Amino acid sequence: MSERVVVRKTYKLFIGGAFPRSESGRSYVVSSSKGKFLANASKASRKDAREAVAAARKAFPGWSSATAYNRGQILYRVAEMLEGRRSQFVTELVDADGVGVRRAGELVDAAVDRLVWYAGWSDKIGAIRGSANPVAGPYFNLSSTEPTGVVAVVAPEAGPLLGLVSVIAPVIVTGNTCVVVASERAPLPSITLAEVLATSDLPGGVVNILTGSAAEIAPWLAGHMDVNAIDLTGAEPELAVSCEQDAAENLKRVLRPASGKADWITDPGTGRMTAFLETKTVWHPIGI
Amino acid sequence: MFEYAPAPESRDIVDLKPSYGLFINGEWVEPLGEGREKTVNPASEEVLAEVAVASEADVDRAVQAARKAFTVWSAMPGSERAKYLFRIARIIQERSRELAVLESLDNGKPIRESRDVDLPLVAAHFFYYAGWADKLGYAGYGADPRPLGVAGQVIPWNFPLLMLAWKIAPALACGNTVVLKPAETTPLTALAFAEICRQVDLPPGVVNIVTGAGETGAALVNHPDVNKVAFTGSTEVGRQIARSVAGSGKKVTLELGGKAANIVFEDAALDQAVEGIVNGIFFNQGHVCCAGSRLLVQESIATELLEALKRRLGTLRLGDPLDKNTDIGAINSAAQLARIRELSDAGEPEGAERWSPACLLPDKGFWFPPTIFTGVAQSHRIAREEVFGPVLSVLTFRTPAEAVEKANNTPFGLSAGVWTEKGSRILWVASKLRAGVVWANTFNKFDPTSPFGGYKESGYGREGGRHGLEAYLDV
Repeated sequence: MSERVVVRKTYKLFIGGAFPRSESGRSYVVSSSKGKFLANASKASRKDAREAVAAARKAFPGWSSATAYNRGQILYRVAEMLEGRRSQFVTELVDADGVGVRRAGELVDAAVDRLVWYAGWSDKIGAIRGSANPVAGPYFNLSSTEPTGVVAVVAPEAGPLLGLVSVIAPVIVTGNTCVVVASERAPLPSITLAEVLATSDLPGGVVNILTGSAAEIAPWLAGHMDVNAIDLTGAEPELAVSCEQDAAENLKRVLRPASGKADWITDPGTGRMTAFLETKTVWHPIGI
Repeated sequence: MFEYAPAPESRDIVDLKPSYGLFINGEWVEPLGEGREKTVNPASEEVLAEVAVASEADVDRAVQAARKAFTVWSAMPGSERAKYLFRIARIIQERSRELAVLESLDNGKPIRESRDVDLPLVAAHFFYYAGWADKLGYAGYGADPRPLGVAGQVIPWNFPLLMLAWKIAPALACGNTVVLKPAETTPLTALAFAEICRQVDLPPGVVNIVTGAGETGAALVNHPDVNKVAFTGSTEVGRQIARSVAGSGKKVTLELGGKAANIVFEDAALDQAVEGIVNGIFFNQGHVCCAGSRLLVQESIATELLEALKRRLGTLRLGDPLDKNTDIGAINSAAQLARIRELSDAGEPEGAERWSPACLLPDKGFWFPPTIFTGVAQSHRIAREEVFGPVLSVLTFRTPAEAVEKANNTPFGLSAGVWTEKGSRILWVASKLRAGVVWANTFNKFDPTSPFGGYKESGYGREGGRHGLEAYLDV
C-alpha cells in the first residue's frame, strides 16, 4: 500500500477575519532553513494593505469600546487556542526557523505565556497610566488611557511566532486594531496564528496579517492617512528611517526599532502598550 | 451697554532695553551674525526692542553650553535641582505684575488674561515640577529614570511665558538642560526669564535662550547634539520637524493645531454655555490651539442660543490690551491678521453667513472683531482649517451620534467641549470624542497637574502632570 499523500495547507492573507489571496495574484516561495520548499505564501500588494487598513478601521469602534474585561478574556482565549495547537507550531517553527524541537517548544510556550501576561493588562494599564489630577480649582479632573487607533506593525524578521505575538498582543490588548506585516523570511507561522486568532472570539479586522515584502508594503502603511501609528520593530534601518519620514505626514506615533538584537524572552515591560495609547483628560466643574 | 472709563495698567513697571543679545551659558552675548529683528507692540505697532537673530553658529554655541552644563545639572541631587525651580517660581510670583505687563505689551493679549491666567499658571508650573525633581523614582518610570540630555525647545507666540514654563520646568526637573527659542514676535518675556535664571543663580548653561525665526528653530531642532525636541506650534511645522528628526533617535513631543468642537445640547444651562462659548473662542483673541472654534449646537435651541451669544458679544470690549476692562486685545502680528482675514474672507463665498457686533477698531495696530459664521457646512474652509483668531463657525446637529461624528470629522484632536446637564451624556460624549482634553460644562481650563496634548494630527506627547515627565526621561 502506498503511503498516504498529505493534504497541504494553502497559506493566504488574513484580512477582516477572512483568508483572501493577494488581490495581485502574487505569491512567493517559502523555504525551510535547510532550503526545502515549504509553501507558497501570498505576496501582499498595496491594495491588500489598503484593504487591511479599511478592515482595521472598521473593527476599531467595536474593539476599542469593548470592555477591558472582555478584551482580556479574548486574549486569554487566544492563549488557550495557541496552547491547543502547540505541536503544530513546534513543527512549523522547526521548519521555518531551523531551531530544534526542544527550543521550538520553549518558544511556543513563551508565546502562550506572553499572551496570558498581556491579557491581564487589559484592565490594569489604565490604573497605572491614568490619574485623578488635583487641579487648583473646583474641578473634577481625570486622565484616562485610550487606544490610538489603527496601528501598522512591521513584525520582526526573527521570531516568527514569539516575536510576532510580542508585537501584536500589546497593540490590541488596549483596544487598538492593527495591520501586521509578518516576517518575510518565515511567514507561515503568522498565518497559522491567524487561524488561532480567527477561532478565539477576536472580532474580524482587529488583527490583519499580510505576508510578503516589508520593504514593499511598509511604506504604503507608513504613508497611509488612516493609520494612526506605526511599529517599526521589524524594519531594517534604512526602511525604518524612510517610514518614519512618511509617518510624519499625518503625525503617526512611531515606535522605532530597538538597537541591538531583539530579545523576546525577557520581561517586555509596558513600553509597547504605552507607545500606542493616548491620554484623555476630562474636566468638569464641582458645585451644588 | 454703558461706557467704561479707561483703566490702563501702567507700563512704567517694565524696564525695556533697546536691544537684546542671546542668553548663552548664563551670559548675555552678541550674536555672531548681523541679524537683528524688531519686536513690536501689536496694539500700536510701536517698536519695543531689537532682538538678535541667532544663526546656526549661535545655536551651536548654545547647544554646546547646554551639553557642558548637562554634566553638572544631571548629576546634581534632585532635591537641589528642585530648589532652583522653587526659586524660579517664587521670583515669577514676585515679578508677576511686571511680567504680565511685558507679556501684554509684546503679545497684545488683555492684561486681565496675562495677569489672571498666564502668570499664575507660569508660577504654578514651576512650583509643580520643582516638587517632582526629587521624586522621579516614584513616578512610575523605574527606580532611577535618567534625563535625556540637551532639550531643544521651540515655542509659539500665543502664550509666550506659559509655553516657556511648560517646556522648561519639566525638562529641568528631570535633569535635562535646555536651549529654548521663543517666537520671533514675542521674545521679550523669555529674555526676562533669562534674567530670572541669573537672579536664582541657576548654573550657567542649564537654560539658554536663543531668539530668531524659523531658521533658528530649524537649526536647533536639527542640531546633532540635541537629544530631545519639544515643539508647540502649527501642524505644518510639526510635520516638518517629525520628518526631519526621522532616523536621528531624538525623542520628540509635538503640541500642534486644533479645530475643537464645542457641543451644546438642548438641555444645557444656556447662560453658562454662552459664557463657555465666548471663553472658548474669544479667550486670547482665539490665538489658542485648543480654542472651541466649531460650535455644534443642537438644532432645537440654535436660534435661542445664537441670539444670546450675539447679545453677549455686544458687551465685549475690544481695545488697549493694558486696559483692565479689555476683553479682546490685539492680533499678535500683521501676518496672523492676514491669515485670519484670508480664512474669514472665504466664509461667505462658500455659503456661510457672517456676523460681528458693532465694534470700533483702533486705527493703529492689528485688530480683528469677534466674528461668527452661521450656516457653516463641514466642507467649508472655516470649519476645517485652524483660523487661530476670534472667529467662530456654527454648525447644528440633531442627535448625540451626529454631534460626535461631526466633532470627530477633523484631522485634529486636541480638545473639545460638551455642554449638557445630563451626567451620563457627558461621559458618553467624552468617551467618544477623539481629543486629548475634553471640557465638560467649562472650557479652556489649564493646570500644571493636568496632562494636556492631542490625538491625531494635533501632535503627540503630554505636557503637565506625571505624564509630562515622560517627555524628558529616557524611558
